[in-house]
Amino acid sequence: MCRIGSIKSKVPVHPSKALHLMLPQQEGHDNSGFAMVMQDLYGTFANYKEKPLLSMACTQKGNQMVEEYMDAHNFVQLAEWIPIPDKRPGLDIQAMPYYVFRNYDFPEHYNELSEEEKQNLLLDTRLALRKLLEEAGEGFVYSFWPDVLTLKEIGDPRDIATYFHLWDDHGGLMAKNIVVQCRQNTNYDIVRYAAHPFFLQGYTLCANGENTFYTKNKEFQKSLHRGYIGFESDSQCFLYTLHYVLHELKWPINYFKHVITPLPFEEIEEREDKEVLKAIRQSLAHLEINGPNTIIATLPDNRMITCCDSKKLRPVVLGQDENMVAISSEVCGLNEIMPGRDREKDIYPNEREVIVIDDELEVQRWKQ
Amino acid sequence: MEAVKTQDVSVNDLSWKIEYHAERCTMCGSCVATCSFKAIEVKTQAQSIVVSTDSQPNPEHRRIARPIISQKASLTDYCRGCGMCEKVCPNNAIRPVRNVDTRQVLLSKDSGPIKRGGRTNLNAQRTLDSIVVGRISQMTDPSLDSARHTFDIRSPLGRVLSPKELPFKLENGKMIMAHKAPPVNWIYPLIFSDMSIGALSTRAWEAVALACAYLNEKCGLPVRMSSGEGGMPVKLMESDYLKYFILQIASGHFGWNRIIKAIPHMVTDPAGVLIKIGQGAKPGDGGLLPAAKVAEHVQAIRGVPKATLSSPPNHQGLYSIEESVQKMHLSLNAAFGFRVPVAIKCAASATSVSVYNNLLRDPYKICGGFFLDGIQGGTGAANEVSLDHTGHPVVSKLRDCYNAAVKQGLQGQIPLYGGGGIGLTGNAAADAFKMICLGANGVFVGKVLIQLLGCVGNEHGRCNSCNTGKCPMGICTQDPRLVKRLDVDKGAQKIVDYVLAFDAELRKLMAPIGNSSLPVGRSDALVSTDKAIADKLGIQYVC
Repeated sequence: MCRIGSIKSKVPVHPSKALHLMLPQQEGHDNSGFAMVMQDLYGTFANYKEKPLLSMACTQKGNQMVEEYMDAHNFVQLAEWIPIPDKRPGLDIQAMPYYVFRNYDFPEHYNELSEEEKQNLLLDTRLALRKLLEEAGEGFVYSFWPDVLTLKEIGDPRDIATYFHLWDDHGGLMAKNIVVQCRQNTNYDIVRYAAHPFFLQGYTLCANGENTFYTKNKEFQKSLHRGYIGFESDSQCFLYTLHYVLHELKWPINYFKHVITPLPFEEIEEREDKEVLKAIRQSLAHLEINGPNTIIATLPDNRMITCCDSKKLRPVVLGQDENMVAISSEVCGLNEIMPGRDREKDIYPNEREVIVIDDELEVQRWKQ
Repeated sequence: MEAVKTQDVSVNDLSWKIEYHAERCTMCGSCVATCSFKAIEVKTQAQSIVVSTDSQPNPEHRRIARPIISQKASLTDYCRGCGMCEKVCPNNAIRPVRNVDTRQVLLSKDSGPIKRGGRTNLNAQRTLDSIVVGRISQMTDPSLDSARHTFDIRSPLGRVLSPKELPFKLENGKMIMAHKAPPVNWIYPLIFSDMSIGALSTRAWEAVALACAYLNEKCGLPVRMSSGEGGMPVKLMESDYLKYFILQIASGHFGWNRIIKAIPHMVTDPAGVLIKIGQGAKPGDGGLLPAAKVAEHVQAIRGVPKATLSSPPNHQGLYSIEESVQKMHLSLNAAFGFRVPVAIKCAASATSVSVYNNLLRDPYKICGGFFLDGIQGGTGAANEVSLDHTGHPVVSKLRDCYNAAVKQGLQGQIPLYGGGGIGLTGNAAADAFKMICLGANGVFVGKVLIQLLGCVGNEHGRCNSCNTGKCPMGICTQDPRLVKRLDVDKGAQKIVDYVLAFDAELRKLMAPIGNSSLPVGRSDALVSTDKAIADKLGIQYVC
C-alpha cells in the first residue's frame, strides 16, 4: 500500500514539509521514489504565476529537442530553475542528467485566444513534447501549466531530497499546495510516468489503492479525451475521471463521487434526485471505481479534495491548524508536521464523504 | 425371410432401444400408458420357460404365450429416450438405451426434413468452459466477503445516453433533468427468455411466470420474463404484475391484437418490448408452432384457426436496419408513451457487429437493448438442419460487439444481453459471469428453465420432441392429459431455488475479484487455457 499526502497552507511551505509528512509513514516499498506537484508557487517562480511552467527530466539531447520545439512554436523563455545536484556518493537515486523547470511566455498570437483555447494549446504542447522525448528515449515531461511544478524521481526520498537540496529550505522553491507520494509504482514496470501524483490541465491527483475497474475505465477514457493517455498506472484513471467530470462535463464537484462510487440502486431510489443519479450511473458506468482506494487531488482553483472508496478499505486523515491543512494516509505524518494541532479536529472521512478545502482553509465536508 | 425386406425398419435402426426385462415386469401397463409417443406396445410372445415348484428340484419345461412390452419399429412412433417408462415402472423392468448403431437420421426423411425441438446436437462445444476467473484480488485489493458485503447486481435495459447528451440543467448548484431521457429499467442480469404460450403449455408458462413474480415480490430480485411471441393472458396484462414482463413482438405479430386492445386497460407499464428479428437456434427462420399444439386457448390468445403457425423469417415490410428503427422502434415506443424500453433480439451472425454499430449510431437513440442469441439456443420447433448446421456461437460475437462499441467509446449505450447455451452444463451463474466480463450487461436463459420444470431433452438427441405436442413432461404440449403431469408450484419452486443459487454463485464470483457491482467488460478478470480462444477474445492465455 502506498501512502499519500498533501499540504495546503496559507503561507508558502518548502518541499521538506511534505517530506516530513511522508517519511514517518514509510513502510515496505514506501521509499522507492519521490514525486510531488506544487501549485501556487513562491520563490523563483513567484513573479511568473500567469506563465506556463514546464517541468521535465531529460538528457542533454532531450533538452535541446525541447528548446528547438519551443522556439519553433514561438514560446519565449522567462525564468528557469535548473537544480545543481548534490552528487555526493552513496545517494540512492536513479537521476536523469537534467531537470528543467522553466517558465515560458505565451507566443504573441496566444493573447487573442480564449482561456479554454489557451488551456488546450498548453496541453497539446505538453503532449507533443512528451511524444518527442518518448520516441527518442530522451526524457520525461510532467507538466506544462502556469504556477504548477512537478518533480518525480526514482530512489530513496531522503536521498532524492538531498540531491535536489530540498532539505535546505533555500526559499527558491515554495508553494501553498503540495501533493506528494514517496514511492514508485510496484505493480507494473517502474517508469517515471507511473508515479503519482498525475497532472492534467490544472488537475493534480494521487491515489492510494487499486482500481479493479482499470480495464473498463481505460477502455472508456481512451475515447473521451486526447489527454487521457499513458495509463502506466491504474490510478491515472482517477485523474482522468476527475478532469472529465469537472473540466469536460462541467458538472459541480458534488457529482464526482457519484461517478466513481455510485450509490447502490436501493439508496438511489430513496433520493429526491434519483433521476439524475441514475442517469449518471448508467451513462458513466465505465468510470465507476471498484476496489480499495483513497484519492487526494487539487483543482485548478487551488481547492484540495479527498475521498475514499465505497467500502472504506483505505485510510485517510485530515489535520488542521490556523495556517495549514494536511491530508495523510496515516496520522503519524500529521503528528510529525503539526504536533500542536487540536487532534479532536482531525477528520477521518467515511466511505460516502467528500472533503474540499479552499484557499481560506475552510473545510467543507458532505456525504454524496 | 421373404416377408422381410432390407428396407424395412427394425428396432436396431432407431436411436433408442428399449431394454426390457420380462422376468421383472409386473404387467401393470404403466409404461405403455405413459409413453406419449406410443413407442411401446403390449404384445403376446411365445416363451419357453423352465419352472420348479416342488420343495425338491423338479424342473418342468413349459411353453407359454404371455404378454410383454415391445418397442415399435417405426419412424413415426419411435422411442425418444425420454425415460418416462423407466420413471413409472415399479420394478425396474424397462428403460431406453442409446443405440450407437442408429440409422434413424438417415432413414427419417420419408416425410420431408426432420423437425424437432431442443438445441443443436452437433455444436455443443463450450468456449466458456476453457475460461476461468483468473484475476483474484489478494493483498492490496482484498477480495470481498460474498456473504457480508452488499452487491449491486443490476443491469440496464434501455437506451443509455452518452454523458454529454444527458439533459441536465444546473439550478442552485444542483443538476436537474431539463427534459425526459430515454427510459432505462435496472433489472436483474438474468432474463427469462422468450418462450410463448403455445410453445409451452399454459402450466409451464404459468410456472415460469410464477417464479418470476415470486423472485420479485419475495426475494427482491428484479428478474424479468419475456412473453415470447404469442401474447399474454389479458388478465395478466391488466394486472400490476405486467411490470415484470417484457412483451415480445416477432414477425408473425401473434398476440398483438390482444396486447394493443389491452393497452388502455394496463395499470402499469411492461418492463420492455423485445422485437424478435432472429433466434440463435434457427437463424433466418421464423417461429413455428405446429398445428398439434395450436389448442383452443392458443387460438383464442393469438386469434388464429387451428393450423400450423409459421412466422415469416423476417418482419414483413422491413428491409433495412434504419427502417426497423424508424418503423418498429418508434411505433412501439410511441405505443407506450416512450416510457418503455424497446430492445431487439437477433441471432448471432457474422454480421452482428454491423447491425450493432448501426443501432449504436442511430440518431433517435431509440434502441434499448441488443439481445444476441447464439447457436446453442433452444427452440420448440425447427428443422434439424437449421438447428445443427446454421448459427453462430454467441461468446466471441458478443465480445466483438462490445469491442466495436469500445472502439467508438459507445460501450454501455445499448445494453448487450447474450443467450444461447447459457447454463448448458448446469451452471448458468458461471456462464453469465464470464459473459458479463466479456462485455454483456446480462444474459437470457430459456432451456435451463424448462429443464428445471422437468424437461429431459439434451444435446445428445434425447427427447427433443417439443414440436410434436407430445412432450412427456407436460411442458411443451397442449394435451391436457400430458399437461396435468406438471406440478406448477413445484416447477416454480425449482426455478426460484435455482435463481437464488445463481445469485449466491454470482456473488461468489464477484467477491474474489473484489467487485461489488457487475464487472461489465472486465476482461482482465478472465484467463483462458486455450490459446486460440484467449487470442480471439483478447484475454490472457494461461497454462
